[in-house]
Amino acid sequence: MASPAAQRSGTNRRAQFGVFAGYLLASAGAAIGALLLIVSLLRPEAFAGLRTMASDVTASVGEAGAAGRVGTSNFFDAIAGYYEAGSKNAQMKEEIAIARVKLAEARALEQENEQLKAVLGLAQDERKPVAIARLIGSTSVSARRFAYLSAGRDDGVKVGMPVTSPMGLVGRVLEVGRTSSRVLLLTDSESIVPVRRATDNVVAFAEGRADGSLRLRLLTLGVNPLEIGDVFVTSGSGGMFRPGIAVAMVTELNDDGGIARLLSNPAATDVVLVEPVWQPEAVAMLERPPSGPTEQGIEEVAAALPEPPVSPPPPPVAPSGAAAPDE
Amino acid sequence: MEKLNPTARRDLFGSKINRDHSPALVYGVPWLSIVLASLVPMLPVIAPAPVVPPLAFMFLLAWRLLRPGLLPLWAGFPLGLIDDLLSGQPLGSSILLFSLTLIALDLFELRFPWRGFWQDWIVAAVLITLFLLLSAVFSAARLDLLHFWLLAPQLLLSLVLFPIIVGVVVILDRMRLLRVRRID
Repeated sequence: MASPAAQRSGTNRRAQFGVFAGYLLASAGAAIGALLLIVSLLRPEAFAGLRTMASDVTASVGEAGAAGRVGTSNFFDAIAGYYEAGSKNAQMKEEIAIARVKLAEARALEQENEQLKAVLGLAQDERKPVAIARLIGSTSVSARRFAYLSAGRDDGVKVGMPVTSPMGLVGRVLEVGRTSSRVLLLTDSESIVPVRRATDNVVAFAEGRADGSLRLRLLTLGVNPLEIGDVFVTSGSGGMFRPGIAVAMVTELNDDGGIARLLSNPAATDVVLVEPVWQPEAVAMLERPPSGPTEQGIEEVAAALPEPPVSPPPPPVAPSGAAAPDE
Repeated sequence: MEKLNPTARRDLFGSKINRDHSPALVYGVPWLSIVLASLVPMLPVIAPAPVVPPLAFMFLLAWRLLRPGLLPLWAGFPLGLIDDLLSGQPLGSSILLFSLTLIALDLFELRFPWRGFWQDWIVAAVLITLFLLLSAVFSAARLDLLHFWLLAPQLLLSLVLFPIIVGVVVILDRMRLLRVRRID
């Protein structure tokens, strides 16, 4: 429809001024927007405080809905997920899927166990999750893949902590608010996780792809050893994720790796665990600006590292003439 | 009295006797509907890819095309800010795009003051396409060809949904003008 007559200024000076001021304010708004955009592209963490405040305010709305979301994979399934029909079937399917993942994880653990047995004196501590929370929602409009979590600083969540579900790794915490936090999902294009094959030591990087799958880039050159159906678990390099969390299963092969399907589909995840960072010292060391080791840096890292295991003194070099007692 | 026209004392928005429009509703409903549409990321949907249409932007377009002059020209800044805080885009992306859209629509309206359904839809289609493409470019995600292919379903869904959004805005527009304020 046509503009109301009041909007057309004609020869009315006052109206002309109003229209001019409107354009001026709108252009100023656009200019401020452009500036903010440049700042947030250069420093992505710049407005984290504002964002987490907003998510804290709105999280309570999302939490009510999150409780009803079960066993779904996409938008339309999410709607269908609210109906009771077929829930039993879905539950059994989920159990089988969990069992499969657990089997793969167990194989990985078995192998890891063998490796660990070789290294004596390594204390294996039981790690408790920091918090148990729900995934409230996700940025389903944007090209980025973030999810909102219903736990924040008050629950002990800190930036960088891994988020897992019974099915495997979901992502890691990116920004923390008081009662909610923002999670970088594995499928975001900025997310890279070091992984290895569950059955042996083929290592790779799992990068997020836009369509919700992962791209596996092998670190070794040569013949591609992957096969469809291989399960990848976290390798523990980088120190952020503890080793042996299930990540993805290979569905497609290509030249330098493959395309893998996420094992813990975040859409089907109801409750997630926030785990502590596996080796905070290593992560702190990696985040140090790459200016080469400084005296102070070396001291800091040395202070943060646990006491090195006391190695047994080297066996005394027996004189060639003396025979060992049991000989 | 019964001989009088029965609509003389009532109209679409309620009784005309002793009742008037409420300014809070008249000016508040458009803002409220766009802000609520910005809360879409808090829906319990964990999407594996961008699938949900940019509802806040579509509500802004629908209100602006249906009721020009109701939203001030500077509305892009506050509405874009709220959208940015939750959408996952870098802060500033929606502020910039919302502001530019409002300016563009104002200039467009000077040229075409009288429009029909199809013209509105075409304008909205062009603007939604630009919005989705530029949002993807601004999103700081590493873009490849696959990414733009994935925008296609979201774009098609948005275009098909736009007339429905306009329908919703029409209903909200009637609610907006309900005579609820009592005149003493």
